[in-house]
Amino acid sequence: MLKMSHLSKVYRTEVVETYALRDFNIDVKEGEFVAVTGPSGSGKTTFLTIAGLLETFTGGEYHLDGIEVSNLNDNARSKIRNEKIGFIFQAFNLIPDLNVFDNIEVPLRYRGMKSAERKQRIMESLERVGLASRAKHYPAELSGGQQQRVAIARALAGSPRLLLADEPTGNLDTQMARGVLELLEEIHRDGATIVMVTHDPELAARAQRNVHIIDGQVVDLAEEPRFHAHAGAGVSQGQA
Amino acid sequence: MFGYYLQLGLRSLRRNPALTALMVMAIGFGVAASMITYSVFRAVSGNPIPDKSSRLFTPQVDSWGPQQNSRGEPPDALDYVDAMALRRAHEAKRQTLLYQVQMSVMPGGDRDLPLAANGYAVDGDFFPMFEVPFQYGSGWSAQDDQARSADVVISEKLNRKLFGGVDSVGRRVNLGGHDYRVVGVVRPWNPKPRFFDLFNTGGFKDASDFYMPFTRALDLKVRTGGSNSCRGKLTFTGWDDFLQSNCVWITSWVELDSATAVARYRHFLESYAADQQRAGRFAWAPNVRLRDVTQWLDYQQVVPPESRISLLVASGFFLICLINTIGLLLAKFLRRAGEIGVRRALGASRREIYTQYLIEAGTVGLAGGVLGLLITVVGVSGVGVLFPSQVAKLAHLDFSLVGLTLLVAIIATVLAAFYPAWRAARVQPAWQLKSS
Repeated sequence: MLKMSHLSKVYRTEVVETYALRDFNIDVKEGEFVAVTGPSGSGKTTFLTIAGLLETFTGGEYHLDGIEVSNLNDNARSKIRNEKIGFIFQAFNLIPDLNVFDNIEVPLRYRGMKSAERKQRIMESLERVGLASRAKHYPAELSGGQQQRVAIARALAGSPRLLLADEPTGNLDTQMARGVLELLEEIHRDGATIVMVTHDPELAARAQRNVHIIDGQVVDLAEEPRFHAHAGAGVSQGQA
Repeated sequence: MFGYYLQLGLRSLRRNPALTALMVMAIGFGVAASMITYSVFRAVSGNPIPDKSSRLFTPQVDSWGPQQNSRGEPPDALDYVDAMALRRAHEAKRQTLLYQVQMSVMPGGDRDLPLAANGYAVDGDFFPMFEVPFQYGSGWSAQDDQARSADVVISEKLNRKLFGGVDSVGRRVNLGGHDYRVVGVVRPWNPKPRFFDLFNTGGFKDASDFYMPFTRALDLKVRTGGSNSCRGKLTFTGWDDFLQSNCVWITSWVELDSATAVARYRHFLESYAADQQRAGRFAWAPNVRLRDVTQWLDYQQVVPPESRISLLVASGFFLICLINTIGLLLAKFLRRAGEIGVRRALGASRREIYTQYLIEAGTVGLAGGVLGLLITVVGVSGVGVLFPSQVAKLAHLDFSLVGLTLLVAIIATVLAAFYPAWRAARVQPAWQLKSS
């Protein structure tokens, strides 16, 4: 589903080159629920934005759903993002001026979907996250947990092949976080491929497989005892 | 997607109301200033007879000579001798001489007082040459000119005053103490500028009340009611002396259908002037001109200079308003960099973001255009403060100006939004989403 081989991302200034990702290798199979962990600044979010085609990479290869994406133009990348990928962000990133219905409608509009089908998909997604009665509410009128559920509904409405979640419970209290996590697990059980970046070892433990990133590289946790001891069980070696 | 973007654009007008109000005011005042001055410019600079302006020519013959003419140019009208010579030669398909006359009109009955009326003494060709529209009847023929018929064509306005607006063809009207037979009634007709008589009107004057035969006017020794420009010491005492003087007061127009006809007529004018030189009447080389309507309007500088200057100043003001709008749009768009990042993540291409923000700018332009329209309505009624009353009253708001105001406001704002929208489309979604 998602395969990166020897991928690198370099930020260059006039005086210095900074490697955000270096010789990065990962292979996520269809239907997997993968947690990506690592300390701050390790390259987790850069990996996620490259995986979501929001950012280009400097070297290596990236195949998404069998498509080599490195040479695609902006239109093609946007189309893939729209049709194959769903995003869930830590800060929810709902558009404040649009109500719940209109927020979920955004990706469907870009897909050129007819009005009746859009409406049907939006209501189905809202029912799935338990917020069908809040369609006309604005984000500011919802709790953090509800906003994240709306964001998940927006990600699900387009039936993406891959869900990319960046610290999806980072801004939520424990109870709300549990609800969101259960929702993600349910979505995974229904067959979705999920890649989730998180700091939270407990959250990571709920995933099928963990990938750990340090200094822009996937590392073998057997060789990183300090992290293993700190992070606890359930963290396994990333695939190259 | 246009409808969706339009909906987003209208919704965004309510967002950052202060910023939106500033932009709407900048565009509104800018477009209004341009449209108010344009309404005046349009009124004075239009082609008054577009389908024939390149076929109608006014001949000029230098009867004053290099010592007395202005900057080497022949006088703006003809003296009697030259006018009649051109008329007799009849070298054009159609031709007319004309001069302005003023007469009192005696209405019927015994209770009404005489009316002062302004008119022209013209030849019969005047009416078909200048496409004069008739409500009743028609002009008179060349035979009537030769027969010096006591015919008259009156305006629709005079027809209403004298005959209550009914078909008065064949009725009698008393002009300056002489009876004339009405042969035609002209619909409201007042070309702006009045190209055929810039010598007397400067281009703008109320519509004429009547047209009488040139030959009849001369027979009755009707003096010109317009300008009369002479050079040197004036020694004439009577009508016949006046006719032989160097005073210019008659305008001539000819209709020439082809370049060959124009060349032939120009050659005729030069030959005529050369003949006059040989005859000792002119002590200078032939100096003639043959200008068509557009050239004549340009030469006479009919468009008031203040009209051009004010249009330029207003356009400059609008440009400054637009430059300010660019900055304001940039601030408005980039304030939403987070939203742009989200939209990009959800599948919007750069082109779609660009289109969305251009359409949003179009809605700002539309709002500015509506405000500009309101200011234009007020401004057009107040142009008399800046322009002479004859010019000011030509400025008016019609459907074309309303449409133009809205169109200019929208197009100008969309053009101003090219750069801000481009910047918005270049927002890096990854950075926006990371920083949020």
